[in-house]
Amino acid sequence: MVQAIVQILITTFVEPLTKALRNARERYPALFDILGAAAIWLIFAALVLWAITSEAQLVVIGIIVGSILALGAIGLTLIYGIMKFANFAHGDTMMLGAYVAFFVLTGTVARTAREDTELPWSIGSLPGALEPIGKLTFGYGLIIGTLVAAVVIALFLVALNHLVYRPLRKRGSSIVVFAVTSLGLAMVTRALMLIIWGPDPRVYVSGIHIADKYDLGFTTITLKADQIFMFAVAIVLTVLVYFLLFRTKLGKAMRAVTDNPDLARVSGIDTEQVFTWTWVIGGALVAVAGVLLALQTQLNPILGFVLLLPLFASTILGGIGSPQGALAGAMIIGISQEVSVGIDLSIGGLEILPLAPAYKFSVAVVIMIFTLLVRPQGLFGAKA
Amino acid sequence: MTVLEAREVVSGYGEVEILHGVSIKVEEGEIVTIIGPNGAGKSTLLKTVFGLLPCKRGKVFFGGEDVTGKSPQVMARKGMCYVPQSDNVFPSLTVQENLEMGAFIRRDDYRPKIEEVLALFPDVLERRYTRAGKLSGGQRQMLALARALMLEPSILLLDEPSASLAPNMVELVFSKILDINRSGVAIVMVEQNARESLKLSHRGYILAMGQNRLEGTGESLLDNEEMGKAYLGG
Repeated sequence: MVQAIVQILITTFVEPLTKALRNARERYPALFDILGAAAIWLIFAALVLWAITSEAQLVVIGIIVGSILALGAIGLTLIYGIMKFANFAHGDTMMLGAYVAFFVLTGTVARTAREDTELPWSIGSLPGALEPIGKLTFGYGLIIGTLVAAVVIALFLVALNHLVYRPLRKRGSSIVVFAVTSLGLAMVTRALMLIIWGPDPRVYVSGIHIADKYDLGFTTITLKADQIFMFAVAIVLTVLVYFLLFRTKLGKAMRAVTDNPDLARVSGIDTEQVFTWTWVIGGALVAVAGVLLALQTQLNPILGFVLLLPLFASTILGGIGSPQGALAGAMIIGISQEVSVGIDLSIGGLEILPLAPAYKFSVAVVIMIFTLLVRPQGLFGAKA
Repeated sequence: MTVLEAREVVSGYGEVEILHGVSIKVEEGEIVTIIGPNGAGKSTLLKTVFGLLPCKRGKVFFGGEDVTGKSPQVMARKGMCYVPQSDNVFPSLTVQENLEMGAFIRRDDYRPKIEEVLALFPDVLERRYTRAGKLSGGQRQMLALARALMLEPSILLLDEPSASLAPNMVELVFSKILDINRSGVAIVMVEQNARESLKLSHRGYILAMGQNRLEGTGESLLDNEEMGKAYLGG
């Protein structure tokens, strides 16, 4: 019964609407491009304007989440642009990065379901390694852990590239095969984390973290020093990637391969070498993103897969292959997602209730669908 | 001296054989045009010579050296450059960056070469910091030629350089090709625009069904009756 009603609703309302949209887009492509981008920006601007006055705290958290997503999304968009496949393992690789840093810092692995084993020595045993730096909750131990994780994850992905993806390329496999293979690697990665560190959530530093109050004039927000650190790291790394892509020979070659791999080869660019460097850069960024994510929330083997959705939504919204797009997309998704749990409006008689936090990832899906409808190439993407 | 020789080349896409033993020769400083109906294997020949398609049988000699089956990277290093028919620039890179990518394998300072190459193409020079995707069709073709010149090749392979260009642009592109040739670069081009291209060529080959059909000097092919009927529209 319900199914029949839904079916009728879809055929009478949704289908004619999408069809009309498609026809109009075919007739006026340029106009639709501009309107689509304008619609996305306007809706987002309205959301932020409203949220900043009534829910400034959620906007701030959204920016932090957006920063973390951006670091993952940049790698995802580079891999998609250069190797032309959706890397479903990116979320789990992100979490693996967080766990590698955890291991370097504490030397801890799970022995049984509820018991841990600690190695006799780890970076955390260095004098002062756990001493908080300034107002941050962590010491230089975690920073070393993060750097090691970035290197380990980069090498891990380069190894996978050589062992798994390169043979597939030699065989001339389709992008579907690549995507499904990456999905398999995602499961393997997640299983590895479960085996080595167990299913229970962990944290880098336990205890209560004190947040500082900041008076913005019209409202006050609370912010932890850690969160300012996350934002700063994300911005610095994004700027570095931008410089790499637009100022260095390797970066220009990466953009050239994104544009046209055949012409790149004809020009003498070694595309395999470009692929290797793409994994190195994407891996290092996503490992850092994983550590920041674990700092903001916790270490949890399943969290990476959950985050895959907003990661993809960010890249699609920003435009596949565009790093500045990934940053913008991640910020929009991060802020919208966090703010959605605070929306509490009543317009006329209509009551809009806040979203239960568990559902906030659905906001990313809605934004993704909306983007695909009104501006399929994304905000910064080149037209297909 | 013979710069390039393809001897009885057999090639194609996957299982499909398109060239059934084609031979061509290019002497130093020559412009050689390859014409023929659609599906004759003209582009396939260029791609096979440049190493983009595997050479199943036959040999390719470049500067007297056997280069059969060498990769495009190796060919580019040896001084052969190739300009595809379409998608021959990087649209999201600027004109300047396109030229830098053309010089990708150079280890020396290629900046003077960029100035030198851009001086040949004033239209493109003006739009140096524009993304190549925003150039007109003719400008793109110029940029594609300029990109291929960055490695100072001894021979250029051009796949239909006049395809889908406005008539005045065709003339301009051909005059640029002549300029490049006069600077000492041998040129092999595949063309639909048979009459115009034969006029400026030293020699020409006509392919049909993946085999050599006719060959001769540009003028002799233009005067040839059989050729006239079949490919020049009477």
